[in-house]
Amino acid sequence: MNRMHVKQLAPPPLDHAGQSGPIAVELSDASVTFGRGDRAVPALSTTSLRIADGDFLALVGPSGCGKSTILRLVGGLVRPSTGVVVVGGREVAAKALRIGMAFQNPTMLPWMTIEQNVLLPLKIVEPFRSEFRQKRRNAFRDKAHALLDQVGLGGFGPRYPWQLSGGMLQRANLYRALIHEPRLLLLDEPFGALDQFTREELWSTLQTLWVTHRPTVLLVTHDLREAGFLANRICVMSARPGRVIDDSSVPFQRPRTIQMTFEADFVALNQRLRDLIVNARSAGTPEGGHGPA
Amino acid sequence: MGQLNLKQKLWSAGLIVLFFVLWELFCLASGMSDLVLPRPSQVMETMIRRFPVLWPHILQTLSTTMIGFVLGVALGVLLGAVIGVSKVAYDTAYPLLIGFSSIPKVAVVPIFVLWFGSGSVPAVLTALSICFFPIVVNIATGLATTEPELEDVLKALGASKFDILWNVGLPRTMPFFFASLKVAVSYAFVGAVLSETVASNRGIGNVMMTASSNFDVPLVFAGLFILAFLGVVLYLAFSLIEGRITGWATRKNDLVAT
Ligand SMILES: Nc1ncnc2c1ncn2[C@@H]1O[C@H](COP(=O)(O)OP(=O)(O)OP(=O)(O)O)[C@@H](O)[C@H]1O
Ligand SMILES: [Mg+2]
Repeated sequence: MNRMHVKQLAPPPLDHAGQSGPIAVELSDASVTFGRGDRAVPALSTTSLRIADGDFLALVGPSGCGKSTILRLVGGLVRPSTGVVVVGGREVAAKALRIGMAFQNPTMLPWMTIEQNVLLPLKIVEPFRSEFRQKRRNAFRDKAHALLDQVGLGGFGPRYPWQLSGGMLQRANLYRALIHEPRLLLLDEPFGALDQFTREELWSTLQTLWVTHRPTVLLVTHDLREAGFLANRICVMSARPGRVIDDSSVPFQRPRTIQMTFEADFVALNQRLRDLIVNARSAGTPEGGHGPA
Repeated sequence: MGQLNLKQKLWSAGLIVLFFVLWELFCLASGMSDLVLPRPSQVMETMIRRFPVLWPHILQTLSTTMIGFVLGVALGVLLGAVIGVSKVAYDTAYPLLIGFSSIPKVAVVPIFVLWFGSGSVPAVLTALSICFFPIVVNIATGLATTEPELEDVLKALGASKFDILWNVGLPRTMPFFFASLKVAVSYAFVGAVLSETVASNRGIGNVMMTASSNFDVPLVFAGLFILAFLGVVLYLAFSLIEGRITGWATRKNDLVAT
């Protein structure tokens, strides 16, 4: 595995908002219920949540509490049953948003090389799409080469997905979500299936990317260290049907280092979040836990 | 891997040769009449001697098969695409398709004959009606099984339904499609011969029928050999194409086996 060397960047001004309109996300009294009648599953109870332009918010909470549902709401993949979801100043309409998304499962297309996989969003999102058609693929390919090098996938561009390890695929997955420089990035446990060391490496990569491009990021994770390392703000959700029960800002200075995650302040934050989730778990109905098994 | 493959092929070839040798020996040893079971050497001799007469029938069978096959593929792709893309169509049309596919096709030949007279048309239609089903099922399955997470990623990017179909659905369906082609071509062949046997005055199926009523048993077997040979050739041709075009679907296994 290539060792990643993340360039140490000067911390950017946090109030920086001059980019071509990063997106603010706002859920107002949004709730989601899947199915109807007897089969209705309340996945998310009435929730209001605001993410500022260029902010980095992590969402934590017990399993099944509706974190992925919030992500899918913001991405315009499910409609709110009640309330509204506003992204970038208008109600969610995915078409114009070019949102970057990555899940725990890398979902690379097996018939494409890693490079082609990573470039896939450019075949879909304007203005790259038209440029792609105008035979400017080579320019994109050079760009892809440079980017793959940067994330430690140099030389793996022409390989096929099954020739890469899980960690490398996850890198490619993350990069596919970023290739078109999205203004909003939605990440659903993107590092969940990785070993500790690869995960920490990718945290640093993501931090660097965020610091450089300052997209708005919504990260769902089960790893409190991950949330503390990456996010500006951490929201804790209650058990299903979830709502936000705690909203803390993460004061640590950037760029953060792995070392910092072992310091007292950081550990204290983790502990507090942990207690919140443990309480939320025991307060809510345990998942599928009605009656005897 | 290559080594293993060669060994396997040699064994298969050896087994085929052994089968014919045993057959030959069995006939010679038991003094079996060639009115019941001719020797393979007799069959081969008949086949070569009568080849000029058989050739037009071979062409007839092949052409009805291929016409039926091509039409069946076109119809199958169309139907499969509709069913695969639309969940509603998938749920509503499936029972009908299953019902249709479970009718023994020999039972539809008389209907085709009734409508179109005997000859090439019922043969083509029978071939078509047998071979389009595996195509429909495979195309529909391929299209309907796109990974939901990938679809989410693309939708969030603003991809249209068509974008997803073009970039993900279609390529994913290719291995299913080509796998179904080799099955479909064999089915089409069976359908064509079936119809010729029942209602035609041309084609290998008809030759066998006529020879059988004349007690020309070696010719019946010659027809059988030709059918077996053609069936294998058609299957192999489409397996070869499949391997060429959708190598990515099997490459992983190759690697594992090395
Ligand atoms: N398409 C759906 N149809 C019916 N119920 C659903 C659907 N998607 C999610 N749910 C239900 O909604 C609830 C919230 O799901 P969600 O995936 O948002 O949880 P989560 O917080 O992401 O959980 P995890 O941490 O385990 O990923 C769950 O109880 C789930 O069973
Ligand atoms: Mg989830």
